[in-house]
Amino acid sequence: MQIIVSRRESSSAMFRATAPFISVLVALFVAGFLLLAAGVNPAAAYRDIVYEALGSGYGWSETLVKTTPLIFAGLGVSLAFRMQIWNIGAEGQIYIGAMAASGVALFSGIENHALMLSAMFTAAALCGGLWAGVAGVLRAKWQVNEVIITLMMNYIAILTVDYLVYGPWKDPKGFNFPLTAEFSDTARLAELFNTRLHTGFILALVCALLLYLFIERTVWGYQIKVIGSNIKAAQYAGMRTATAVVLVLFLSGAIAGIAGFSEVAGLQHRLQHGISPGYGFTAIIIAWLARRSAVGVVIVAFLMGVLLVGGDSLQLNWQLPVAFVYAFQGLILFFLLAADFFVQYRVRLTNGGPS
Amino acid sequence: MIEILLDATVRAGTPILFATLGTIINERAGIINLGIEGLMLIGALSGFAGTYLSGSLLVGVIAAFCATMLAGAIHALITVQLRGNQIVCGLALTMFGIGITALFGRGMVGLTIDGFQRLAIPGLSQLPLVGKPFFNQDLLIYLSFVLVIAISLFFYHTRWGLALRAIGENPAAADTCGVAINRYRFLAVTIGSGIVGIGGAYLSLVTTPMWIENMTSGRGWIAVALVIFASWSSYRALAGAYLFGGITAMQLRFQAMGTTVSAHLLQMLPYIFTILVLVISTVRLQKGISQQPESLGKPYDREDRK
Repeated sequence: MQIIVSRRESSSAMFRATAPFISVLVALFVAGFLLLAAGVNPAAAYRDIVYEALGSGYGWSETLVKTTPLIFAGLGVSLAFRMQIWNIGAEGQIYIGAMAASGVALFSGIENHALMLSAMFTAAALCGGLWAGVAGVLRAKWQVNEVIITLMMNYIAILTVDYLVYGPWKDPKGFNFPLTAEFSDTARLAELFNTRLHTGFILALVCALLLYLFIERTVWGYQIKVIGSNIKAAQYAGMRTATAVVLVLFLSGAIAGIAGFSEVAGLQHRLQHGISPGYGFTAIIIAWLARRSAVGVVIVAFLMGVLLVGGDSLQLNWQLPVAFVYAFQGLILFFLLAADFFVQYRVRLTNGGPS
Repeated sequence: MIEILLDATVRAGTPILFATLGTIINERAGIINLGIEGLMLIGALSGFAGTYLSGSLLVGVIAAFCATMLAGAIHALITVQLRGNQIVCGLALTMFGIGITALFGRGMVGLTIDGFQRLAIPGLSQLPLVGKPFFNQDLLIYLSFVLVIAISLFFYHTRWGLALRAIGENPAAADTCGVAINRYRFLAVTIGSGIVGIGGAYLSLVTTPMWIENMTSGRGWIAVALVIFASWSSYRALAGAYLFGGITAMQLRFQAMGTTVSAHLLQMLPYIFTILVLVISTVRLQKGISQQPESLGKPYDREDRK
């Protein structure tokens, strides 16, 4: 008996489209064994997840609350992925965006509601973009590995916010908790349906649509796609790849920065320690599972929102650590990568010699 | 004073040294492994659990090595045999490591063990200045010295080492010479991962003899950056790891002295320094002063051979 691996003439379209869903299912199955090993009944745990996240109006609203930053961050990361640029720094960019928006909200003294929100939005996008742009410049100029730069800048961003909320920006009336004073009503996004859900969610959907149009309908979007699939061809065609790298990382960081704006203006109404519980890292999975498409990002971000809200219930009901969700996300990626092999290759078992 | 600072430098640098050495073995074979952070966590937890359950530090270290090898085998299988994207797989491995250690480490939080003790090497430890910091240390630090030399000897003085370097540079040529590419790469990734795991175990068996969720706090990523600084050489990895150890030691020293500078700002130093080191070493790379393995990051498929 012999295993023969041969490349498919053309990759299987059906399998390619279904692979992400298959990976999620297999990951659920394997994670079940991990839960079992940790002394948790997987069936009950999974039922809890679905019930908590989708079993009530409140569950739905909470799921969409978590989906909102995930859409922004996922879009940002997926845009960079398009060009084979790895932005692992969405987490830090969210923090920097939140910091910039909070700075405007707390210290600008703008009285007009629309003006205030626009200023916060712009500050968040600009600062998130510049933060990621550093990695873009280093990459374009000297080919410095953007994975490590963006990642290291996560730590620096989180520590910067910590420095502010434990130090100069701390609310004097906040009983020494690491948070700033609450924003005035001028600096808050409107709530939807009397829940914690806010207009940031609608902004996220608009952002997804705009990004889709940008990629599919503009010359720049076309260039990004060409550079991503074949950089040599792009250079031969006279595209300025170095400029594109900086621009794409700037945009990518700007979109992640807007997630920070949406979190502080729509949900938290202040800057505080741990403003993002890892949305920027989950965004990497979202971008990869969504195969980098904007529509896909929205769908996968929702699924991950379910997982995060449900994960909270695992923590309450089963005393599972929140970080367990990462193990699950890692598993999904493993299986998707493995599945992609079978999209590209055909594996056959034969008897006797090579056929 | 300098002796104390040097001593703290070596102790803070050792986990990063193990991780960097393990990463070098991965990358010499042409495989990027961004799962180092997760692997270190797996090493830290299994090292602690092994020691706690058996009462033997040796069992702990072996457990860390084996468990991390197993986790590294996932990366090897996906990137070598299945030719998956190495960057995404490495990130997945890090997430997997963070999550699974949080899950299985629940029961270990708050427990303590007796960590490795110092063991003076007679004669050498009496040397002025360098004696105490380098030769009055624990067994794992001595093991790291041996590994640095052994890895260099392996790469430059054995047939297997030559084959592995050839695979990293030009797998098609090595394939033509009859080298079993996939087998070598698989072993390099798993064994390299195991060594990374010992670095993680150092944290939970020596640095702070207990298990804390996410206790690596970015050291794995620093190791990934250091490999470039080290130009894939184990001796330079030693220098780089101690450089970072020195910064950590100084940062702790400042904090202990009760400086007015915010602890949060001081904690940024290693990360800022990593960025600087990475930029400088990459610029050197660009100028051709050092060179990375040619096939780094590219899956090998015989059908693509030109």
